[in-house]
Amino acid sequence: MTGSTDLTRLTAAETASAVAAGEVSAAEVAAAHLDRIAAVDDRVHAFLHVDAEGALAAAKAVDAARSSGEQLSPLAGVPLALKDVLTQKGIPTTCGSRILEGWRPPYDATVTARLKDAGVVILGKTNMDEFAMGSSTEHSAYGATHNPWDLDRIPGGSGGGSAAAIAAFEAPLAIGTDTGGSIRQPAAVTGTVGVKPTYGAVSRFGLVALASSLDQAGPCARTVLDAALLHSVIAGHDPLDSTSLDQPVPDVVGAARRADVKGLRIGVVKELGGEGYQAGVRQRFDEAVALLADLGAEVVEVSAPHFPYALAAYYLILPSECSSNLAKFDGIRFGLRVGEDDGDPSVEQVMARTRAAGFGPEATRRIMLGTYALSAGYYDAYYGSAQKVRTLIQRDFAAAFEQADVLISPTAPTTAFKLGEKLDDPLAMYLNDVATIPANLAGIPGMSLPIGLAPEDGLPVGLQIMAPAMADDRLYNAGAALEGALLDRWGHPILEEAPAL
Amino acid sequence: MPDTPSITREDVAHLARLARIDLPPESLDHYAEQLGVILGSVAQVAEVAAEDVPATSHPMPLVNVFREDVVRPCLTNEEALSGAPSVESERFRVPRILDEE
Repeated sequence: MTGSTDLTRLTAAETASAVAAGEVSAAEVAAAHLDRIAAVDDRVHAFLHVDAEGALAAAKAVDAARSSGEQLSPLAGVPLALKDVLTQKGIPTTCGSRILEGWRPPYDATVTARLKDAGVVILGKTNMDEFAMGSSTEHSAYGATHNPWDLDRIPGGSGGGSAAAIAAFEAPLAIGTDTGGSIRQPAAVTGTVGVKPTYGAVSRFGLVALASSLDQAGPCARTVLDAALLHSVIAGHDPLDSTSLDQPVPDVVGAARRADVKGLRIGVVKELGGEGYQAGVRQRFDEAVALLADLGAEVVEVSAPHFPYALAAYYLILPSECSSNLAKFDGIRFGLRVGEDDGDPSVEQVMARTRAAGFGPEATRRIMLGTYALSAGYYDAYYGSAQKVRTLIQRDFAAAFEQADVLISPTAPTTAFKLGEKLDDPLAMYLNDVATIPANLAGIPGMSLPIGLAPEDGLPVGLQIMAPAMADDRLYNAGAALEGALLDRWGHPILEEAPAL
Repeated sequence: MPDTPSITREDVAHLARLARIDLPPESLDHYAEQLGVILGSVAQVAEVAAEDVPATSHPMPLVNVFREDVVRPCLTNEEALSGAPSVESERFRVPRILDEE
């Protein structure tokens, strides 16, 4: 590496090979990213905690392993930003909530442990909507993250911190979690790549649960290949998570390198587009469909008649599971406790005071919604019906995958909107995830990758690819093919068009 | 299916009690309005949830998931208590657990 190379601009794959070849040390790479964070994160606010000391120590360990002739793993020495919903031993983990302020978990999530084992250098914890509830990071108790493309706009959510960290070149890789679109929608609005793997492909042990039947951690990156490399590090069976799939991880890296859609049947989902989608989003999507056809794909239109009900089903299932999962924040075992000294309160009163002080408005809304949906007299009409819709969505996917190998749609109906625009209008905020939610309900994998800038506002547009369960490799094959063709057309990666910070 | 529910401030107060969240009284009307709008929208699931459609609770139908019954390291007492707001004699310290009545 020459002295003039900006180490923060390299892909993860390039960084790993430079470290492995001894062209640069992992410590230099870590230091360059810590410098970048120091220079720009006061404006972006992607990080809630930066662990400079731990990152440098991890990087030095990689360098020492290399010097002693050890075989390095494919991502050794590559820096990463970890969403603050995954535990890392001894490092503050808040989930974007006051109720966990200052909590230092005594254990590593399985994802965290796998990253450490692979020599990945964890730079810090990224900002998010409280307990992953939101599409803008504005529901973080610690202030919003700003989109590097336009600091007055949202970076998506809930994983806006992870996406913004990558787009701002603060890290080449990040971990996100996706319950209804929290990896894919931030990727779309920041011009980055994000993948929600098949449900159960990545362990949820140590992932603080929002909705246990929907949550899935996955990779965020600037290229499809980088996402694949990270996917293969974090995926795989984990006996500590009883919902973890005991099946081999598909060859996602091989698929990203193959990048060939000739003869691939690509289904455009009729219900995920058209009315309600911004003109520039539709335009870039139609162009991408034409490009895929030029590359030899067989494009067909498929219909998923129950998708219009997915959002409603999701906003019953998620709050129901969330109201149950968040009951553990009781002011006893970890986190905040307030109101103990006011009179002689009972444990229940302290609990209620603590939860009122600790939860923000969106968490409060969803806990109450779930409490309502699960109450006697309403259970069948709300939660029961939502579970039936979930079956109908799965059937729609099964029928669609008989006609197509992968399905595509715009990732989000609009480009990044202004901070504050939808903050107190929950339904308007929920609509951001209208295209990403069906995949979570069915447990299938989905990817978002950038396909250009909307002409009307110059902001990134994302395309979503979906595949059948455990066929995650198809996302990477199709995504890499489209990415390569777009790169040829543009002549440079899309992030080069983002304004300098 | 109930009609589109209208949520009153008393309903919100009741839900907040069930959810153990001590909401300030001045926030009840705002939450009532928002919850009403959301519930009105999500109620549409009943339109397609026919009697003969089975319910799905989990995306992957896994049953009888077991792992090897082996001893593995677990948290120490100290680690388990490390995040607690109040600790006494190696235990979680809690406020009084009985109500006055």
